[in-house]
Amino acid sequence: MTEILDSTVFAASHIAAGGGELEAGIRERRRQRARRERIAAVIYPIGMLAALIAIWEAAARLFSLPPYLLPAPSAIVRSMDANSAVLVKESVTTTLEIVLGFLLSVAVGVPLALAIYLWRPFARAVYPVLVSSQAVPKVAVAPLFLVWFGFGLLPKVLIAFLIAFFPVVINTAMGLAALEREKIYLAQSMGLGPFATFFKIQLPNALPSIFAGLKISITFSVVGAVVGEFVGGQGGLGYLLLIANGNMDTALLFAGIVALTVLGVIFFALIGLLERLVLPPHAVEHTSFGRETM
Amino acid sequence: MGANTIAAEDQAYLRIENLCKVYATRDGEVRALNDISFSQRRGEFLSHVGPSGCGKSTLLMIAAGLLAPSSGAVRVGGRKVDRPRTDIGIVFQNPVLLDWRTALGNVMLQAEARKLNRKEAEARAGTLLESVGLGGFEERYPHELSGGMRQRVSICRALIHNPDHLLMDEPFGALDALTRDQLVLDLQALVSERHMTVLFITHSIAEAVFLSDRVVVMTPRPGCIDRIIDIKLPRPRTLAMRETPEFAEYSRQILDLFLARGVLREH
Repeated sequence: MTEILDSTVFAASHIAAGGGELEAGIRERRRQRARRERIAAVIYPIGMLAALIAIWEAAARLFSLPPYLLPAPSAIVRSMDANSAVLVKESVTTTLEIVLGFLLSVAVGVPLALAIYLWRPFARAVYPVLVSSQAVPKVAVAPLFLVWFGFGLLPKVLIAFLIAFFPVVINTAMGLAALEREKIYLAQSMGLGPFATFFKIQLPNALPSIFAGLKISITFSVVGAVVGEFVGGQGGLGYLLLIANGNMDTALLFAGIVALTVLGVIFFALIGLLERLVLPPHAVEHTSFGRETM
Repeated sequence: MGANTIAAEDQAYLRIENLCKVYATRDGEVRALNDISFSQRRGEFLSHVGPSGCGKSTLLMIAAGLLAPSSGAVRVGGRKVDRPRTDIGIVFQNPVLLDWRTALGNVMLQAEARKLNRKEAEARAGTLLESVGLGGFEERYPHELSGGMRQRVSICRALIHNPDHLLMDEPFGALDALTRDQLVLDLQALVSERHMTVLFITHSIAEAVFLSDRVVVMTPRPGCIDRIIDIKLPRPRTLAMRETPEFAEYSRQILDLFLARGVLREH
């Protein structure tokens, strides 16, 4: 109803105002629609989640499920509140492992991808080995790392790195290789040197692909850190999960899972934010799942 | 006659001499260009028209120094081309714009690469964009522009440094008929203002006749020069001129060549 009213008012106003206003009006409407869609994109999933939690709570109360099997959301919240100090402390430990594992992935993955792209013999030697090495279940290597690196921070960081660096390498190498021949021709005709061509054209051209790799990598880092803590933990959220499991404290188990999920979401959002800052707006939309206007 | 030819040769700006290009493929060698020789005067608009796959795009790449010929030579102002030429502006069939730069930013890439004075270049870029109807679109990103607008940006990028030689590889091939007509008119205006030397590749007979001083008609693969036709229509040329008998006669000549070579077939 308001939409119809809007468009009539809009039509009347631009007929009076003329062409320049018309385009401004169209742009304003497009902006409004974009804003509505952004809000909807937040509200819909939150509503969905809230509904699921409500059903869960109702089911837990109605069927009085034993709390060691499936605690009610309210029980989980109470557990989180009661164990907040522990949760925060273990989260800090896990966060450190995730961040270090991720940074190591980037620090190793990006130069490796560059070397693969720039130096053919290296690519021929390393690339097939790298790809087939992904067939090794990395979780299974974790105990080995324990033997080698002990029980401290290092083995967790290395396991996170081992799981997380591959997407960085592949996406960076793919992004660099996905440069059209014509862009290189264009650069040559401008007298742009190889260095400037790389920084002005090739690297920005690869950034959307690199960021897609970073997003996968950060979620893998979370998995890696938890696996490391499972295998040889003296702290961290993964270790907390094991303890809670041993004590049949399922509410705490869920609390730990919630904390891990929150961590994962925060890290993913941070990479997304960085992407938004670095890339022009439309390029970001291409890499998310949102509705495509293309 | 003989003296005239020599004078014309002396004036030659671009000279292509016995050019051949052979590609090695899985099924053996493919000869894309076979013994191509022609020259272009300074300030001349020279088109190559031919069927797809006749090697005309390859010819342009070789003329730009971006591809090496298998044999023969390209000379510009008497000097042999053996590396990518930087005295040119080049326009491809695709606009080849950088997505993360605005229209103005894309034009300015050329200026940045050549380290031109930023202020002056920006002013010139603005004027250029304005002259092809993109005034007010300077800050738009490529995805916000139509196909025709993008190609206009790429033409501006090829002109901002006032190049000696403009090379265009089927620049309007991907556009609709109306946009094409407009861009052909825009190009004519830009080029005659600057007395530019243009090497233009197309598969449109009408486009070639409309824009050119001379049209080089190519045979199907392996691409050879079939005939070079002087277009003696007065300038500036107008769309209405396309309906004149003179224009039709030129088109007919090229068409006849295509029919004779089996490029076109009348059932």
